[in-house]
Amino acid sequence: MGVLVVADNDNAHLRDATHKTVTAALKISGDVDVLVLGKGAKAVADAAAKIAGVRKVLLAESDALGHGIAEAQADAVLALAGAYDAILVPATSGGKNFAPRVAAKLDVAPISEIVEVVSADTFVRPIYAGNALETIQSSDAKKVITVRPTAFPAAAEGGSASVETVGGADAGKTRFVSEEMVKSDRPELAAAKIVVSGGRAMGSAEEFQRVIEPLADKLGAAVGASRAAVDAGYAPNDYQVGQTGKVVAPQLYVAIGISGAIQHLAGMKDSKVIVAINKDADAPIFQVADFGLVADYKSAVPELMDALSAAGK
Amino acid sequence: MKVLVPVKRVIDYNVKARVKADQTGVDLANVKMSMNPFCEIAVEEAVRLKEKGVATEVVIVSIGPAQAQETIRTALAMGGDRGILITSDADLEPLAVAKLLAAVVAEENPNLVVMGKQAIDGDNNAVGQMLSALLGWPQATYASAIEVSGSTAKVTREVDGGLQTLDVDLPAVITADLRLNEPRYASLPNIMKAKKKEIASKTVADYGVDVAPRLKVIKVTEPAKRSAGIKVETAADLVSKLNTAGVL
Ligand SMILES: Cc1cc2nc3c(=O)[nH]c(=O)nc-3n(C[C@H](O)[C@H](O)[C@H](O)COP(=O)(O)OP(=O)(O)OC[C@H]3O[C@@H](n4cnc5c(N)ncnc54)[C@H](O)[C@@H]3O)c2cc1C
Ligand SMILES: Nc1ncnc2c1ncn2[C@@H]1O[C@H](COP(=O)(O)O)[C@@H](O)[C@H]1O
Repeated sequence: MGVLVVADNDNAHLRDATHKTVTAALKISGDVDVLVLGKGAKAVADAAAKIAGVRKVLLAESDALGHGIAEAQADAVLALAGAYDAILVPATSGGKNFAPRVAAKLDVAPISEIVEVVSADTFVRPIYAGNALETIQSSDAKKVITVRPTAFPAAAEGGSASVETVGGADAGKTRFVSEEMVKSDRPELAAAKIVVSGGRAMGSAEEFQRVIEPLADKLGAAVGASRAAVDAGYAPNDYQVGQTGKVVAPQLYVAIGISGAIQHLAGMKDSKVIVAINKDADAPIFQVADFGLVADYKSAVPELMDALSAAGK
Repeated sequence: MKVLVPVKRVIDYNVKARVKADQTGVDLANVKMSMNPFCEIAVEEAVRLKEKGVATEVVIVSIGPAQAQETIRTALAMGGDRGILITSDADLEPLAVAKLLAAVVAEENPNLVVMGKQAIDGDNNAVGQMLSALLGWPQATYASAIEVSGSTAKVTREVDGGLQTLDVDLPAVITADLRLNEPRYASLPNIMKAKKKEIASKTVADYGVDVAPRLKVIKVTEPAKRSAGIKVETAADLVSKLNTAGVL
């Protein structure tokens, strides 16, 4: 038996969330296999085979899997589920989309977004926007779990597992129509070392781009946003940090013109160092910020750019 | 076309949850409760489908304590036609909720289930996907746009990296994300009208579904508190502090 980890990938690249999920899996069992779902994803499987501690890699391919269709992803996992005690899926939007289907078909209670493995059947997960941590013990024989990647260190490279091809799966009554992906050369938000986020204060998409993006580029940072900024169309949906967006835990998180609502804090309060720039000294974001600058971003951000240049950045 | 909308009564999104001193859970005594915001968005979408002439009936269902009746009334005031309350004093796990909803679907035969992507208390983000799997219906989660035409629905979804559009055969389960719409406030006349709308009273036992918990809560604790740091006076001061902290 052992644990099956389903890889996070985009058919071409293995994402770091996989390495982190492997770390969680190794706390449950020494026998960890990785399943890569995709299309034309051999390079992803080869990359997964290099993760230290992985026993073998399984590669399932089909058109539907290449498009991340949940019905197909769940079926591909279910075909293999009999051989495992636990199935671990990174808690990305793609992972959260199909993992509960696997659980329903296996008649087990899914366990969402764990942040700690206490033992093979006991886990810790945040609830109520991270304002409480629940320790739960599962009585199901098989476990289906999503793993919050930011809560676990990445498993190292250095493995040399074999890669085996397994059956693909189709999309059933769902058809892929199109996708519109945000193109960016910046680091991936969920895995970046530095994140610069902008909020409603930006006032427009142009201003968001004028203020936030150059600062992010100077810092080699990913760009994030509050829900208010996304709702208003200043930034794409994929940038939303929070309870119901992306959870990030970078070395440095810079919040500019963000008030610090519970839902936003849920997505960034585990960052190592938090900086807040806000003109309202009473904004709740200052309650979690290591360094707060009470100022209008319109003058503070240019000054910050200059100070970074002066410091050789 | 009949649309079923499952709604959950949860802690109001403006309230910060507090852990009970005995670590058995979150203190909900005297705390403001409301409809889960994502469920509100689902109700709004269903009502808009009715206003567009696509849906003919919008049925609201909630599983929860007797007070979940108020949550259903709110949905009826927004434009739902009738409600079903399945009373349960225990906060059921997503698996049990999905099984009960599947039983309601078997009885009601809707062409579409629109529901929230996530309940903001348990933060599970699971019931919609599980219901779809149990019914063998297609799923389209995290919807930011829904277009129903004939026997299919085109759904734009918020995914990692951007947006994806799927076309699903009906009947299907669709879960709502934040950008799908902005829910309306019920008008006073509609609140009055909603008082006369029918809410069927059911119990978990009526559906013959096994809802026994699979997860045992060992304890509920408060996360480590982050203490507020310091205020810096200038951007230059900030950069020097960040350099010292080694995070640049
Ligand atoms: C179900 C649900 C889920 C949610 N999920 C999320 C989520 O995942 N992520 C998220 O972020 N939010 C989420 N929210 C929304 C959240 O409650 C807040 O509404 C949102 O985070 C506010 O965004 P903001 O801080 O940008 O805007 P505001 O709260 O309006 O704050 C703007 C801030 O900018 C400051 N400001 C204005 N002008 C300037 C200036 N010139 N210079 C400097 N500072 C300035 C103001 O002082 C203020 O503090 C969710 C809400 C609900 C109901
Ligand atoms: N007790 C409940 N009664 C009715 N609907 C529910 C209940 N619990 C969850 N749901 C539905 O499932 C969605 C997702 O919830 P969850 O998977 O628990 O995060 C919610 O937005 C509701 O639409």
